[in-house]
Amino acid sequence: MPSANYPADYRYTKDHEWIKVEGSVATIGITDYAQHELGDVVFVELPKLGAQIKAGQSFGTVESVKAVSDIFSPVSGEVTETNSLLSDSPEKVNQDPHGAAWLIKVKLADPKEVSSLMDATAYQAYVADKTQEQSA
Amino acid sequence: MTTPATAEIRKTALNSTHRRMGAKMVNFGGWDMPLEYSGILAEHDAVRKRAGLFDVSHMGEIEVRGAGALDLVQRVTCNDAAKLTVGQAQYSGLMTGRGTFVDDLLVHKISDTHYLLCVNAGNQDDDFRHIVMHNRFDAKVENAGPRYSQLAIQGPRAKEILQRLTPAALDSVHYYHFIFGSVSGVECLIARTGYTGEDGFEIYFDPQFSEKLWGDLLGAGESAGMIPCGLGARNTLRLEAGMCLYGHEIDAETTPLEAGLGWICKLGKGAFFGSAVLARQKENGIPRKLVGFEMLDKRIGRDGYPVSIDGREVGRVTSGGPSPSLKKNIGMAYVPPVSSVLGTEIDVSIRGQATPARIIAMPFYKRSQEPEKT
Repeated sequence: MPSANYPADYRYTKDHEWIKVEGSVATIGITDYAQHELGDVVFVELPKLGAQIKAGQSFGTVESVKAVSDIFSPVSGEVTETNSLLSDSPEKVNQDPHGAAWLIKVKLADPKEVSSLMDATAYQAYVADKTQEQSA
Repeated sequence: MTTPATAEIRKTALNSTHRRMGAKMVNFGGWDMPLEYSGILAEHDAVRKRAGLFDVSHMGEIEVRGAGALDLVQRVTCNDAAKLTVGQAQYSGLMTGRGTFVDDLLVHKISDTHYLLCVNAGNQDDDFRHIVMHNRFDAKVENAGPRYSQLAIQGPRAKEILQRLTPAALDSVHYYHFIFGSVSGVECLIARTGYTGEDGFEIYFDPQFSEKLWGDLLGAGESAGMIPCGLGARNTLRLEAGMCLYGHEIDAETTPLEAGLGWICKLGKGAFFGSAVLARQKENGIPRKLVGFEMLDKRIGRDGYPVSIDGREVGRVTSGGPSPSLKKNIGMAYVPPVSSVLGTEIDVSIRGQATPARIIAMPFYKRSQEPEKT
């Protein structure tokens, strides 16, 4: 699998979501590793604006041809925006998972939640371990 | 199909080739198989428009030989193997005494005293035992899986590609017929069969030539746009073609009549194992019927999701997913016969939410020149 570029200013979860914090608002998506594991993404289901989401709980699904994957929120807060691009172009999740295919924006309830997440270096080591397990 | 947790995973002769070429692998029926190479959508598209090459060496082969071979095949399968001419194949079912599926299979007539059965990977050992148990005809039954590799070359350009590697006249091999011939110098059984809804061939040969044939076929097909494909695309292709998959549409609890496979159920051929139950079911009616459906919004009804009509749960989705060629989400499910009329609206429960779908005709996808069933 090609080595992906994991942005240094994002934080990452063990479930392969990323989060980028700007002030009190965070943008959330799934990582390149996650999209590669899923394969061709064909459908994305996101929460409604104003929905309250909780850290560690599922807020939506990303579906590939073969599989359904729950997306777990890295943080708690209120959904302020969802990516409308994905309803007609779910394949963007495969093409640009760390950029154009962000999933939701959240107004953070507790900014401290972010600090417990992995940074890019730690996440890269985490997925390198996983990749090794699979090819063993 | 069941995959015993303790069983060692099985590999085809091409396993290291698949890994070297970067295929994403998956455990299918106890076999470590390619799920996808370049992606299910790209592979699906290649097979519909050009060609795809599949390693299907996990499929089992059982050979039945001797003067009693036909009698044994007739006893354990529901289609009429007596109708086959030498060099012809038929789709059939291996039946339990209750007229349900031990497996589905292809029966190839090699000679009056020699039949080759192509069966599902995960069922081959059970199938073999089942056939042997019914062998009161003094036939010789061989579980021949390890002696064969099988490759499927599928798509509108499959014939042209395969023809580059063989002196055999492929034009003269009609749908559901086969010949013996050399491909790239390797002796093969070349059958015009497949599981994709496209024209194509399945070739059977000695596993020691697997890498050679895989490589030579990919080389011969490259200029025509043929690509290696995995089981992911094989599944979306067969679903669009409305073909049954063991463990999904058919199993030891379903009969051919329920699965819309009455055409392989030849009750007039004489008694076979399970025929009495099937004759009764044909007379009294089936309790449920396999139908095709399309989802009416963007959500995807998948394998195992509950199906309800007017708020009452009536069954489950047997196979469901996106149809890359038709650009909609489709599936198959069992419903009561009274509710099986085309156009009937059903609900598929997706993560607890009733999602509308409509019963439509199968096959969902039909190539422009559909060959006749045999």
